[in-house]
Order: sequence, then C-alpha cells, then structure tokens
Amino acid sequence: MTAPPLLRVEHLSRTFGRFAALTDVSLAVERGVLSALIGPNGAGKTTFYNVVSGRFPPTRGRVWLDGEDVTGLAAHRLVGRGVARSFQITNVFPNLSVLENVLVPLVLERGRARRLFRPLERDRALRARAEEVLESVGLLRHARQPAGTLSYGDKRLVEIAIVLARSPRLVLLDEPTAGMNPEETDRMIALVRHLAERLGTTFFVTEHDMRVVFGLARRIFVLHQGTLLAAGTPDEIRDDPRVRAAYLGTVE
Amino acid sequence: MRPKDALRPALAVAAFAALAALAFVLSSYPLVVLTEILILGTFALGFNLLFGYAGLLSFGQAAFFGTGAYVAALVLLHGPRSLWLALLAAVAGAALLALPLGALAVRRDEIFFSILTLGLGMMIHTVAFGWREVTGGSDGLTGFPVPRLDLLVASVPLARPRNMYLLALAATALVALALDRVVRSPFGLLLQASRENRQRLAFAGGNVPRLRLAAFVLSAAVCGLAGALFALFNRIAAPDMLHWSFSARPVLMTILGGAGTFLGPLVGAAAFFGLEQLVTGWTQDWMIVLGALLVPIVILFPRGIVGTLAERFAARRSGAQERDG
Repeated sequence: MTAPPLLRVEHLSRTFGRFAALTDVSLAVERGVLSALIGPNGAGKTTFYNVVSGRFPPTRGRVWLDGEDVTGLAAHRLVGRGVARSFQITNVFPNLSVLENVLVPLVLERGRARRLFRPLERDRALRARAEEVLESVGLLRHARQPAGTLSYGDKRLVEIAIVLARSPRLVLLDEPTAGMNPEETDRMIALVRHLAERLGTTFFVTEHDMRVVFGLARRIFVLHQGTLLAAGTPDEIRDDPRVRAAYLGTVE
Repeated sequence: MRPKDALRPALAVAAFAALAALAFVLSSYPLVVLTEILILGTFALGFNLLFGYAGLLSFGQAAFFGTGAYVAALVLLHGPRSLWLALLAAVAGAALLALPLGALAVRRDEIFFSILTLGLGMMIHTVAFGWREVTGGSDGLTGFPVPRLDLLVASVPLARPRNMYLLALAATALVALALDRVVRSPFGLLLQASRENRQRLAFAGGNVPRLRLAAFVLSAAVCGLAGALFALFNRIAAPDMLHWSFSARPVLMTILGGAGTFLGPLVGAAAFFGLEQLVTGWTQDWMIVLGALLVPIVILFPRGIVGTLAERFAARRSGAQERDG
C-alpha cells in the first residue's frame, strides 16, 4: 500500500451566495513535491487556500491531510496538524519585534500559552529556536526591530518565518512575490527553493507570475473560473492548449 | 538583558518605599485622595490589560468593579468579619461573572465588543438596582462592619486613613507586579499578537476567543478587587459603582496616562484626581473642564502622559547615542 498524498481534496466546492468560487475541484499534492496553483485573477486560488487552511469550510467536498479527513477544521486546529499559510496581503504583527513575531507560533507550538507568570525572555530554548528560524530567512539582524518598520520585501520574509516556525508539513504560500520588485522576487524564489530542499517541507504556492511558477514548481495545477482546468509538470502545462487559451494567452 | 530592564526592580522597590513612607508623613486628607487614586488606578490597570494589550475596549468594567464592591459588602454584612475573605470572594465573584459575559463579548471585535460590554454592564446594573432584598436597591449596601487588617504580627483598624492607604498601596503593588509578569509572559505576547493581527494569530495556531476570554476574566478579577477596596474605603457598595458611566473612568484615566504603557493607567488616575482637586476648587462642573482638557490631549498627545514622556526620553537617548557614536 502506498502512502496517501500529503494533501488530497475531493469534489471541493465553495459558494458565496449565488457565486460559485470553487466547483468540484479534486487534486492531490504529493509529499516533498514543490507544487503551484495558478490561474487568472478570480480563478478561485485564494478561496481554495482559505478552505484548505480552515479559514472557512467548503460548501461541498472533503479535504484529507496525510490520509486524515480534516474537512471544516478551524484554522488554529489545522496549524496544529502541520498546515501553515501566508497571505496575499502582508500579514505580520507590526508593533511586535521581528523576534516576537516568530516567538508567537513557537509559544503556541510548545503549549506555553498558559504560562501566565513566567517572563518569556527567560525561555532561552524558545529564543534560540526563534533566532534559528530568523537566520534561515536572513532576518536575524532585524530581530529587535518592530516588524512594521521593515521594508516590504522583508515584511514578507517575516511572514515566511512565522509560517515556518512550527516546522509545518504543508506550507501554503499565497502569491509570495506579489508586489515585490524583481530583486526581491528573485530572493524570495531562491529562498523558497532553498527551504524546500533543506527542510523537506512541502510547499504549495499560488502565483500569477509565470516566470516564478515555471522556474520553481515541479507540479502545477491550473484553476479557471473555479474549476480545475489542468494538472501536470511545467512542460505539460506549458504545452496544454486549454491552458494557453484560458490563461497564458492573456498574459503574454 | 538591557540595562533598562535590570533597573526595573530597583525602581519599583524605590517607588513603593517612597509611597509607603508618605503614609507616615501626610495628613489624613491627602492620604484619602491618594487612596482613591490607588484604588481607581488599580481598576484602570485591570481595564488596560484588555485595552492596551488585547486591543479590546470594554465599556463594561464597572460591572466587575461593582460586583467586587457588592460581594465584599455582602460578605461583611452576612458572613464572618474577615477582610481577606471579603477580598477573595469579591475577586472570585467578579471573575465568575466575567466567564459568561466574556464568552459572549469576546466573539466580537472592536466597536461590537465595546457595545456588547456596554450592554451587558447595563444589564448587571439593572439587576442590582432592582434586586432590593440583596443589594439594597438604590440605597446600596451600607452599615457593614469595616474589618480590621489582620497581619501575621499585628491587627490594625482599617477605619484609619493611613491603614486604608497602606492596604490600597499593597493591593496596587501586588496587582502591578502580577500584571507586569502577565504581560511579559508567553500569554502576554499572544495577547498582544491578538491585538496586532488576530487573523495571523489564528493561522499561527492561536485560539483567539479563548485567549481573549482568559484576559477578560483576569481583567475582571482585578476590577473586582479594586471594587471591593472601594467599598471598604467608602463604606458603601452603591449602584453607581456598577453604572455604565463608571466604566468610563478607567477609559479616561488610561487614555490620559497612556494606553500603550504599563504604568499609564496609574499615572492617568493620579492626573485625573489631581485635576479634579484643582478644578473643583473653583468650579462645580469639573467634567466640562476634564472634557475640554481631554480633547487636546487626545489630539496632540495620543500616547498619553507616560507614552509621550517615554517617547521623548527614547528620542533623546538615541540622539545622544548618535552623537557618541
């Protein structure tokens, strides 16, 4: 018997009133395979992420994580099972220091939320782990700075650090390079590739930048108007006439 | 550890010693004013755990302050004449009441949380006002014996202003010590994270409603303790201590002193009463003057007294560092 895929969704649908944001989407992301979800604006990428990460439940269909049915679990419970995500709009704790930003998920991971009277600064093990995470995204030198004062690109890296702190099994990155300049974009791609190799974490990334997707992902899923249009390797997707018609043609 | 942090315990001890020494220097009247400052400052400290750290503006903390006052009065009226029991029961009563009210209120954010706390607080006031047999209705509860302050080595009458002042000072110091630990604990970090970005916190694995409920109960416990002391101090538990307009006091004090700072609420309480003392010397309508003062303060110094001073101090120090470097 082969191991179940890390993430499997079956017949996933989500409607908002009469608008069908997702319709009958089934796909599987294999462990350790850097995958991407692409599609034009409004294709349902973010809705897909919101359902998979527990922001809201699907209207129909099921979500399986490593063979376990996790449909409709709340976000904070899914995090406990190893699903972490970033957001399209930068989403950090602006008035907390960069170090504290990373300490938040670590405190939660290690069940320290109930410690009311022991100062956090005495927890050297936790702090060491937070610094290690910051080092891995290249932010250690900004550790004491309030996260809100960093440059745009660095703020996005803070979010990556928050996402990675709990050593998740599945990382959903929602347009990690959105709004970045070319230099920041290259840095982010290199970082994701490096982290995927080094940590063995499975990244599942949405992107609208084709250069990023084809350079990064080993497997690509194409959403179009809420349905799954195609799935395959970058080469297969590039040559797929339906994808060209629906999507690529509109970009180039 | 920064040098500033190393100095903190020493500064705290020095401040406490200086305030305790005042008890043996000042006459009764200023001690009475200081006692009121300490008690309402403690109330504001409890309020600010929610406002300053969790980002939740409660307009209903008088419900817990008043509950503390009534529970303490009821214990002294009908139970043993024990100060510690009265205080303990007041804290427990306020915390217990906060569980169901908080469970309702923390599910909503920002203005909706504020309105919920306001509404729930009004309901508590109405119940206390109407339940004459237990609460004395509009008269409140009076005539309860003011217990002696039983310490291990001695027993002193609380009716003396100096002793009441020292009790209030000890309570304020303990609350400040405890809350300082809380806001620097892992729990405190999560609380601030919930203020900063509750969505990111949930997606880092935080159970935001539960975290807020814990803060709500803790805040109510502190408010209840302050209310019990206030009842002992005034020798009455009156319905206006439960009234929603009383909930505005910690809000004003905290904004005056600086919501983003730990000691802001205490300093704000002192400023509040200091102004009241000054202004009531020449007019009865001191609320008008307070209002007229609050507007420019909020507009010009949104960080309050402590926040503004800390900012100035930090700016000067970093300026000095730049010159040195």
